[in-house]
Amino acid sequence: MAVKTLTIDDKPVSAREDQTILEAAREAGIGIPTLCQLSGVANLGACRLCLVEVAGVPKLLPACVTLVQEGMQVFTNTERLREYRKMIVELLFAERNHVCAVCVANGHCELQNLAIAVGMDHVRYSYRFPKLEVDTTHEKFGIDHNRCVLCARCVRVCDEIEGAHTWDIAGRGAKSHIISDMNVPWGSATSCTSCGKCVQACPTGAIFKLGATVAEQIKDRTRLDFIVTAREKKQWVG
Amino acid sequence: MGRLRVATVWMGGCSGCHMSFLDMDEFLIDLADLADVVYSPVADPKEYPENVDLCLVEGAVANDEHVELAHTIRERTKIVVAFGDCAVTGNVTAMRNPLGAVEPILQRIYVEAATIHGRIPFEKGIVPELLDRVAPLHEIIPVDAFLPGCPPPAPRIRKMLEKIVAGEPAVLEGDDLKPG
Ligand code: SF4
Ligand code: SF4
Ligand code: FES
Repeated sequence: MAVKTLTIDDKPVSAREDQTILEAAREAGIGIPTLCQLSGVANLGACRLCLVEVAGVPKLLPACVTLVQEGMQVFTNTERLREYRKMIVELLFAERNHVCAVCVANGHCELQNLAIAVGMDHVRYSYRFPKLEVDTTHEKFGIDHNRCVLCARCVRVCDEIEGAHTWDIAGRGAKSHIISDMNVPWGSATSCTSCGKCVQACPTGAIFKLGATVAEQIKDRTRLDFIVTAREKKQWVG
Repeated sequence: MGRLRVATVWMGGCSGCHMSFLDMDEFLIDLADLADVVYSPVADPKEYPENVDLCLVEGAVANDEHVELAHTIRERTKIVVAFGDCAVTGNVTAMRNPLGAVEPILQRIYVEAATIHGRIPFEKGIVPELLDRVAPLHEIIPVDAFLPGCPPPAPRIRKMLEKIVAGEPAVLEGDDLKPG
């Protein structure tokens, strides 16, 4: 496969032509913030946290779904990007009801970590305070829509790794929400195998084990990595 | 700078932020050398005074008395700090917001859920009236600095106070920004 050479933050980098800017940056030790990206499942470009600037391109491009190109000059940490990333995280907090102090994921949450990483000390936008459901009909797990960031990691992990496709996104725009099967309570979703992969994949406190109380829901991504490595490389390690 | 005139205010919060303030232990003694506490739940004055240098506001803005006090604070204070998650985000105090306006919530809590004497408390001029929508402090008045945490850990409060005393920008970073 052809190799492309490019620069990321002025650092010369080479990457396979089928690699994304995000993958090339990570291999070069350059961190780009992400939220919807989850190794082992298809990239979606849903959250826009990974936006980067590319010389000669007026638009900002999502690094997780943009392939490298020969001679590309990528910038991952400009003033403009830092401001947009902060805005995105603030908008995520304003969109639904995040109350970290009483959340199952407090201290183990990717959204909370992003708030710290982008330097968010308050939310400049008006909170929407939508009225949303908590579905605890499943015998082992629950989903709290107040904490969902619509990253669709649960949708992809369930479809692509477990092969059950219990989850989907229904509605449009601000009304988008996660549903199980044909919009039935999770406990009645007959496609669900109760494997728990969505619990591990979910970056926030939205999907959790029943019985977990404040700060108790720690996500263990290594279990997903194990399955993906086993499938792709036929190596049963980890 | 002469002695700092410091106020702390308790709005729609649980007083946990004030507990954490007291948790600064011996730093309070250092602080006493630099500052006078001119208004606070732990001090005598009943009226918010003029010419306050620094005010830490705990709690969200949840009733009409809070709104009025917030404006008084802004008029009479140089540096206003949103002190703790309720002041910064609304936090637990704002968890009633998605349930709608105040009337149905009071009805549910004081009447439907009451086992005896179901009645919504109403004493005009004595019991402040709840707002329909609980707000973080910066939605009501301009705020100069944000001190997150539920409650903010004592070392974090100390860091903020040290920055302000030193005349540095009152901005926290890294893990000191963690809400919750
Ligand atoms: S999901 Fe994360 S950001 Fe949201 S309330 Fe829970 S800990 Fe906070
Ligand atoms: S439930 Fe979790 S994994 Fe699914 S979309 Fe919401 S935040 Fe993402
Ligand atoms: S990580 Fe690239 S768009 Fe979400």
